[in-house]
Amino acid sequence: MADGILILAEHLKGEVADITFEMLCAGRRLADARGVSLRMALVGNEVAALAQQLGLADEVLVVSAPSLEVPAASTVAALLKSLMEKESAGLVLLGGTNATMGVGSILSARTDLPFVSYCKDMKADGADVLVTSQLFGGKILTNVRLPGGRGVVSVSTGSFPADAGRSEKAPPVRNVEVPLEASPVTFRSFIAPPAGDVDITKQDILVALGRGIQTQDNIALGEELAALLGGAVCGSRPVIDQGWLPLTRQVGKSGMTVKPRLYLALGISGAPEHQEGMKDSPMIIAVNTDPGAPIFDVAKYGVVMDLFELVEPLKAAIEAKKAGA
Amino acid sequence: MNLFVLLKTVPDTVEELTVAADGKSLDPEWLRFKLSDSDEHALEQAFLLKEKHGGTVTVVALDAPEVEEALFQALAKGADRAVKLTGELGGVQSLAAARLFAGFLKSAGAVGGDALVLLRSQAIDDLEGEIGPFLADLLGMPYLGVVVAVAPGDGGLTVTKEFAGGMRGEFTLPVAAVLGIQAAEKPPRYVPIAKVRAAMKSSTLETVEVTPDSPARFPIEKMYKPEAAGRAEMLEGSPEEVANRLVDLLANQSLI
Repeated sequence: MADGILILAEHLKGEVADITFEMLCAGRRLADARGVSLRMALVGNEVAALAQQLGLADEVLVVSAPSLEVPAASTVAALLKSLMEKESAGLVLLGGTNATMGVGSILSARTDLPFVSYCKDMKADGADVLVTSQLFGGKILTNVRLPGGRGVVSVSTGSFPADAGRSEKAPPVRNVEVPLEASPVTFRSFIAPPAGDVDITKQDILVALGRGIQTQDNIALGEELAALLGGAVCGSRPVIDQGWLPLTRQVGKSGMTVKPRLYLALGISGAPEHQEGMKDSPMIIAVNTDPGAPIFDVAKYGVVMDLFELVEPLKAAIEAKKAGA
Repeated sequence: MNLFVLLKTVPDTVEELTVAADGKSLDPEWLRFKLSDSDEHALEQAFLLKEKHGGTVTVVALDAPEVEEALFQALAKGADRAVKLTGELGGVQSLAAARLFAGFLKSAGAVGGDALVLLRSQAIDDLEGEIGPFLADLLGMPYLGVVVAVAPGDGGLTVTKEFAGGMRGEFTLPVAAVLGIQAAEKPPRYVPIAKVRAAMKSSTLETVEVTPDSPARFPIEKMYKPEAAGRAEMLEGSPEEVANRLVDLLANQSLI
C-alpha cells in the first residue's frame, strides 16, 4: 500500500477550525481514491477531547504537551516529520491559515518533499496527486503534479465543503510520543480584538470598501451610502492597512467573518482572503472596474463600473425611493 | 539594530493577467511589476524600528523585472544600502530563493547578534510557500509570520502575530530572527518620484553574483484562468439606470 495521508488538525482556543473539516473532506476523498490511510495529527495542550469531532479520519494521533499550547512553526514541522516517518505518511495536508503559516516550508525543507501552497483542489491521477493552486489573488490557477502522491500541501480556506468533513462517528484515537523540538519563539498570550464603535458581524447591511476607493477622503462616500442604507462601512485588507478604517472593520482571513443581509462591495477585487470573510452573505452586490474580478464569482449581482460614477446616482435613487415610499 | 529587508516584485494584479503560449507561465508582455503589499509593510516596519531604536536598513532582492526601481525607491525612503543578487535566476522558487538569500546574509554577517531579517509573509505568486521559514531554518534562526507589530526590549523582541477573526497573539523571540511581516504598525510611507530619481543619481545598487543550486521542486504542468463561475447577474446601462435597478432589487428584498 502506498504511503498514507496525514492532516494537521487546526484548532484555536479549544475549537476545531473549519479548515480542519475542509481538509478532512478533501483528504477522505483522496485517501479513498488512492486506497491509502487517512490520519489526523492533533497537536496541542490537553486537546484530546477534540478528537471526537474528527470521525472521518481512520485514526487520530494525539500529541499533547503544555509546551504545545501555541507552538512555533519549527516545533510543529519537526513533530510532523517524526509522525510521517513513524506512521508511513507521504502526503501532509496543512491549513493555509495564519495559525499554520511557516510549518509547510520548514517541513518541506527538512523532508526534501515538494511544498505546494494555495491549494484549491486536488485529485488522484494514477500513482500521483494533482494539485490545483490559486495564485495572484485568485486570478490564475496552476496545476502541479506530486509524483507518487508525496508532498506537503497547504489548503486555502473555502476550497472544500467543511460540512462534508464532519462525522458523527468516533474515530480511533491514539496518544503518540514524539521528541519535541524546543524553540526560542515563546507564546505569551492572546489579544482579543478591540471592541469597536460598531460590531460589523452584527450589521444587516454592510458597505464594503476596497482598494478602488483610492484615498482616505473617499471613505466618506461609503459612509454616506451606508448611512442612507442604515448600515455600516467595512473594508478589505488594503483599506485597513492604509489606516483608512480601523481594524475592527476588517473583513476577511485576518479580520471578521460577516454574513449581513446585504453586502455591497465597492472597489473590492475579491481575493480569496477577502472572500473567506463574506462569501456566505445572501445578497452580495459587487461594483468593480475589472470584469474579471473574482468578487463577481461570489456576488449575486455585479456592476462593471467605476464606483465613483455610481455612488452619487445610487444615493439619489435611494433618497428618491425613500421619499416616494 | 542591523535590519535586513528582503524584497520581491510581483505582477500588479490590477492589470489583466494573460497566460503565455507555453500554457505554463504568465505572458510577460502585459505584466507590470510592483512591490507586493506586504513587502511595502516589511520595509516600513524596518524604518519604524530604525527610527525608534537606531541601526541600519539593508534591502536585498533577487534580480527581477522592475526590481531596481523598487530598490531605489527603498533607498529614497531611507534605506542605507541596497543589494541586488544577480545570476541565472529563471525558475527560482521559494526554497531556491531562500538558499540564495541565506548565502548572502551569512556573508553579510546578518546571522546572530542584533541582525533582524524582515520580509513579507507570503507573496501572491509564492506557489512553493513562504520564503521566510525556509530561510530561518537554513540559517538556524527562529521564525514568526503574519506579524503586525515588533517591539524590541529586554534583549529580545515582543512580536504580535495575527490569527483569525481579529484575534492576535503575542510572542517573545531573540532579536536575531526572521519575521514575516503582514502589516507594519503604520501605513507605508510615500516617497515622491522626484526623490526616487534623485536616489537613482546619487546612490548605487550593489550587485552580488549568485548561483542557484536547486531548481523549483516541481514543474508547473499548466497555468490557466479560472472559468468564470458566472454567479453574478451583471447589470448594465448608465450609472443612473444601474442605480435604479439596484434600488428596485434592494426594495424587493425589503433592504430599503
